Amino acid sequence: MATARSNRLNTYAAHGALILYTLIALFPVFVIVINSFKTRKAIFREPLAMPNADNFSLIGYETVLKQGDFFLYFQNSMIVTVGSLSLILVFGAMAAFALAEYRFKGNTLMGLYLALGIMIPIRIGTVAILEMMVQTGLVNTLWALILVYTAQGLPLAVFILSEFMRQVSDDLKNAGRIDGLSEYRIFFRLVLPLVRPAMATVAVFNMIPIWNDLWFPLILAPAEEVKTLTLGSQVFIGQFVTDWNAVLSALSLAILPVMALYVIFSRQLIRGITSGAVK
Amino acid sequence: MSNPENKPKFRWHIVVFLAPAVLVYTAVMIYPLFNTLRLSLFTEVDQERMFVGLQNFRTLFGQSVWSDQFWNALGNNLWFFVVHMLVQNPIGIALAAILSHPKLRFASFYRSAIFIPTILSFVIVGFAWKLILSPIWGIAPDMLDAIGLKSLYAPWLGKEAYALTALSLVSVWQFVGIPMMLIYAALLSIPDEILEAAEVEGITGLAAFWKIKLPLILPSIGIISILTFVANFNAFDLIYAAQGALAGPDYSTDILGTFMYRTFFGFQLQLGDPHMGSTIASAMFAIILVGVCIYLFGIQSRMRRYQF
Amino acid sequence: MTNSKFIGAMLATTLLAGAAAAEDVTLTIESWRNDDLAIWQDEIIPAFEAANPGIKLKFTPSAPAEYNAVLNSKLDAGSAGDIITCRPFDASLALFEAGHLADISGIEGMANFSAVAKSGWSTDDASTQFCVPMASVIHGFIYNKDAFVEVGVEVPKTEAEFFAALDKIKEDGNYTPMAMGTNDQWEAATMGYNNIGPNYWKGEEGRLALLSGDQKLTDEAWVSPYRQLAKWGAYLGDGYEAQTYPDSQNIFTLGRAAVYPAGSWEISGFNALVDFEMGAFYPPVQNAGDTCYISDHTDIGIGMNAATPNKEAAETFLNWVGSSEFATIFANSLPGFFPLSSAEVTLEDPLAQEIISWRGECESTIRSTYQVLSRGTPNLENDTWNASVAVIKGEESPEDAGKRLQDGLASWYKPQM
Repeated sequence: MATARSNRLNTYAAHGALILYTLIALFPVFVIVINSFKTRKAIFREPLAMPNADNFSLIGYETVLKQGDFFLYFQNSMIVTVGSLSLILVFGAMAAFALAEYRFKGNTLMGLYLALGIMIPIRIGTVAILEMMVQTGLVNTLWALILVYTAQGLPLAVFILSEFMRQVSDDLKNAGRIDGLSEYRIFFRLVLPLVRPAMATVAVFNMIPIWNDLWFPLILAPAEEVKTLTLGSQVFIGQFVTDWNAVLSALSLAILPVMALYVIFSRQLIRGITSGAVK
Repeated sequence: MSNPENKPKFRWHIVVFLAPAVLVYTAVMIYPLFNTLRLSLFTEVDQERMFVGLQNFRTLFGQSVWSDQFWNALGNNLWFFVVHMLVQNPIGIALAAILSHPKLRFASFYRSAIFIPTILSFVIVGFAWKLILSPIWGIAPDMLDAIGLKSLYAPWLGKEAYALTALSLVSVWQFVGIPMMLIYAALLSIPDEILEAAEVEGITGLAAFWKIKLPLILPSIGIISILTFVANFNAFDLIYAAQGALAGPDYSTDILGTFMYRTFFGFQLQLGDPHMGSTIASAMFAIILVGVCIYLFGIQSRMRRYQF
Repeated sequence: MTNSKFIGAMLATTLLAGAAAAEDVTLTIESWRNDDLAIWQDEIIPAFEAANPGIKLKFTPSAPAEYNAVLNSKLDAGSAGDIITCRPFDASLALFEAGHLADISGIEGMANFSAVAKSGWSTDDASTQFCVPMASVIHGFIYNKDAFVEVGVEVPKTEAEFFAALDKIKEDGNYTPMAMGTNDQWEAATMGYNNIGPNYWKGEEGRLALLSGDQKLTDEAWVSPYRQLAKWGAYLGDGYEAQTYPDSQNIFTLGRAAVYPAGSWEISGFNALVDFEMGAFYPPVQNAGDTCYISDHTDIGIGMNAATPNKEAAETFLNWVGSSEFATIFANSLPGFFPLSSAEVTLEDPLAQEIISWRGECESTIRSTYQVLSRGTPNLENDTWNASVAVIKGEESPEDAGKRLQDGLASWYKPQM
């Protein structure tokens, strides 16, 4: 077994391809990060130069931290992102289970209905959503954002999760029913752990558009107390004078929490796979 | 199993499972969206909203001022999609295949590193690539010079013939992580027993991939394809961040999303027209719906799903 | 006894504090000028609040690209601020006609403005005003004085001198003659076509004739600026097709280019970035001795949300904006944005002084496409961007550009039909 798998050439080729792609992936990020530590002139004089004694400058970060309460913005972004993700995963998994597991009239129709949301950009409903938030008094609160992002993320979550749930063995579920487990127990105890990889995947690629979104915070929650990190950073993008130092610093800072969340979720993914696949 | 004398119990659990998602989704997404799409059936005359039926659609497809822009945007969008299908998905699948090899070292490092572009906001991606490709600050020209290919360089983002392809490739760069993640998850859920059984038969390496793994992950590839389709036809942010709402040069990077945004919300001196904007959005919705239906009824229902 | 006295004192203080707090009105100001945030917070707001205790101001700008869309959405849904920064002409006229901006023709502050200044924020018949004019921007060319001396070039006054100067700079090879790109498209129209154009269509005379239908975009006066632009491509430097607006700003301020087609708003930004001496000259005329025309464009106004609950405080603020106190603070903290009020203002910045002195020498006009002519589809302003870029790149001939724009305009604008 070991001999069949350990082909030296294959390993080198594999690592080679991966390293090449990693370089391609990281190069632009590298450019951003090193430039966020340089003076503005240095950014444009020598974009590829590493920050050295001549051009090192924390001016971007200073501006960012001085202008507005970035810790508060960070907190708001976290609350909105984690809140939306939780709702998306719980509600989405439940709905996906119902669609994948049970045959009932209108199953396909419901599936199509829920999939509608994937197809239309939610932005065109902006004015109507804003009106609704104003009427319910939710404007300028984090709840407005959480609700909108949940509604936005549910269609895709249901679509993906129902696909993965269909692959869970029927025997397992029927065994549970014979044992007298309620449908809820079957869902939470048996099925959910088996689709953890898919859940982690759904979480990861919902969390990014939510964290990085500028549009809805700008419209629904622009007040200082509820500003998100992305919204707080855009104050440096002017009409004629863009403070690139500050923008780069603000956005570099903003990458870190998302990366942390991603690392957590990808660990969940691995754990889920190693524990769930082995029966 | 069921006593023919009793009526089958009403399966409350289905309602309970479905209710929260359906409620939030309907209230916050569907209702506002359809309200807005309804606008495409109206137009505004002297501050008064008037019902005009399908006239806006006739204008969109009939008047050359509108239809030229529409077909241009649709064509560009198709090309955008083709580039993604041909470049993004195969690369994502290949990377996932390599990464899922159990003996691979540093796998988690590679995984995280390759996924980083996906985490970045569009503002960063737009800025970084504009900086790299810019003829002024010299990163791309200098790098090409170093390998002797300086003559290949052109200010791609400013040339009508290349700008869209350049931005499509930037978008591919940004989103490869997503097919990679999905396929990786799918590959990892293939039980070892199947792979070991194949090895006993002498099928390893590349053959194992084509004959065993690929058929098993076909559902996931299906999902990615349809997701790519929908995402591309709804795309907007990267082009907007890189080229602005006018999607230059000369509308060569104009896709349906930017066309709709420009019409609906206005741009510079052009006032927002929610009615024509909704019309374009309805057309976009129709196009995507057709694509998804083709996928759902033509492909997905025919796919073989394997259970473990 | 002491208890109730104590309680009484507490109640009294709360009542007083409550009363005082109830006096304080907070006005929220919507704007797209992220650039000005520091100025408002450090200079303008403290000055106003000192003079008007009881009214507090919050300046809350949004990203400029999103401003129109975001503002309209907020106004439609009722969550917009009390004071609205107004884009000139149709964008704000539409807001007024939809009932979002209040009629402020009657407030005393408006008396300080000329009819031209008010035109950017009045109804077509000039009877009603809905925003107080705040600033205008003037167009011309900013140049690197040190570079000119080094290459041995004089400030050009005529077309011929202009291209001779550019040729000499190009030959010298140390500087890119002009710093402008076409990637973002608007510079070609705003700092290109509408910068040099007024010299050809004779400012207001031509613009008003276009509005009334007496002149067409295919007339020589309107096509000539495109002929000039067609020659610019050779002087813009390698790869200008992908050069963005911030790139151009950086190229000039880093001293790599000699001339920068400019709007006066650049002054405060450039001052902070350059390490050489800057000068400015107005668009060269066709023949020596011709009257010169400059684009003196009414750019920013400020008005009142019709639905604001704080009408009185808002009016107080708007009156203050019309005063000379505001004009002085604004003009000096933002050199390059010239206050429109007729009040006397002394400018400290030398470049700003130079540019505003042109008002005495040359005739002023506003940008050709802004009043009325961009109301329909196709949008003349967007098309002008497109045509200016195409002409510079050599992809469209000046005559074809003029014809295309005229056909587009004539398709919906009655006087031109």
